[in-house]
Amino acid sequence: MIMAVVSGCARQTGTVNVSASATLTDAVKEINELYSQENPNVAVIANFSSAGTVQRQIENGAPVDIFISAASSFMDALQKEGLILDDTRKDLLTNKVVLVVPADSSLDITDFKDLARDNVKKVAIGDPKSVSAGMYAQQIFDRNSIADTIKQKLVLAGDVRHVLTYVESGNVDAGVVFATDAKSSSKVKIVANAPDDINARVVYPVAIIKAGKNIDAARDYESFLFSNQAKAIFEKYGFSVISK
Amino acid sequence: MVETYLSPLWISLMTVFTATTITFFLGIAAAYWMAKYTGKLRSFIDGILILPLVLPPTAVGLGLLLLFGKHGPLGQLLLMFGTTVVFSWPATVIAAIVVAFPLMYMNARGAFEQVEANLQAAARTLGASEWRIFWSVTLPLAWPGVAAGIILSFARALGEFGATLMLAGNIPGKTTTIPVAIYFAVQDGDMNQALILVLFVLMISFASLAALACLKGRTYKARSIISDRAIQ
Repeated sequence: MIMAVVSGCARQTGTVNVSASATLTDAVKEINELYSQENPNVAVIANFSSAGTVQRQIENGAPVDIFISAASSFMDALQKEGLILDDTRKDLLTNKVVLVVPADSSLDITDFKDLARDNVKKVAIGDPKSVSAGMYAQQIFDRNSIADTIKQKLVLAGDVRHVLTYVESGNVDAGVVFATDAKSSSKVKIVANAPDDINARVVYPVAIIKAGKNIDAARDYESFLFSNQAKAIFEKYGFSVISK
Repeated sequence: MVETYLSPLWISLMTVFTATTITFFLGIAAAYWMAKYTGKLRSFIDGILILPLVLPPTAVGLGLLLLFGKHGPLGQLLLMFGTTVVFSWPATVIAAIVVAFPLMYMNARGAFEQVEANLQAAARTLGASEWRIFWSVTLPLAWPGVAAGIILSFARALGEFGATLMLAGNIPGKTTTIPVAIYFAVQDGDMNQALILVLFVLMISFASLAALACLKGRTYKARSIISDRAIQ
């Protein structure tokens, strides 16, 4: 059905500026390549940052046509401010939050609670105020009542990919990332999953920005995100696509 | 929430004063040595010492991360002593020293080269040790250049962001200096905090400029006495 809509669309031209949470970097890049092949007249420019950063950029008038956020809250804020086209907001993906350690770690961390132990010196998370994965991490810490104990150990990163790099390099003992980030690296291993009710909240919404210059092309791009081709790519990277 | 404003200020001040002090000694030692050194490797060594000034701070940060990281040569060495530097407060000091060093070194070297060799030779004939000549003749004569080096490296250390973020990370209350705190406050959309931190930096900047004026004025006196004595 969606395929029919996509192929039935008039040929789009111009530029589509896609801003997405850093956790989507690999998947969205690949989808953009595919989209560009099918729509050679459209230039897709992608920008990857923490969801909070993208939110600020949009609020400050950055040229963004479409936003894919790794958490609903950042999109909610934009919607409240009237900056997105309400009818274009859709939930696209789900993901899971996990605790990772360097692949050669010998600290025997098996649960979020273990982060409070003395031999765990440094833990990387995204800055909870602007990074989706960091926000979920903070919720998990609060839940386990370890937030205060580990406060001094927390290295706050600018986006979730930094967290992954910090763990990969072995310069921190553990980090909280999305399952898809963990999957993308062989230098980290997953040692714990977030509680189910927190994972249930990890929904990635997408919406078109009202101030965008190329709303038709953005709509076309958005429907492409829900196509089977895009779905296959998202699933390859470990995301679950919300079927409509 | 006063803590969120004052902690970056406190961390920055501690970092900058520590880094400037160490940079002062490292800088004048290297400058003094290079002012005399005439070997083949002169321009090569000079280039290496100035490099951190030319390189983007992020490149310096990457270099430091590779050096001090868990798998880096210095990182492994420190690990043997049971300690790590990455994402700790000393990392803020190391980053600040490395980026500030070239300014101290260049200014001091220029100043040392301007000092008339006759005056040092005169002190030598009077039986002064090299150590004493340095502290009572060379350094006072070179002082205006050295003082400028101190203030410039202080300013550079205060503004250091890229290498600091890479090596020391953002650990509020531990490694979050004012520049790092400003960056994250803006990312988080907390404009009030960002602006207050900018005000702090402005105050420190004005204070250091005043200190420079003071430092130069005072030393002119010391300098004239000492050079008179040296000439006698």
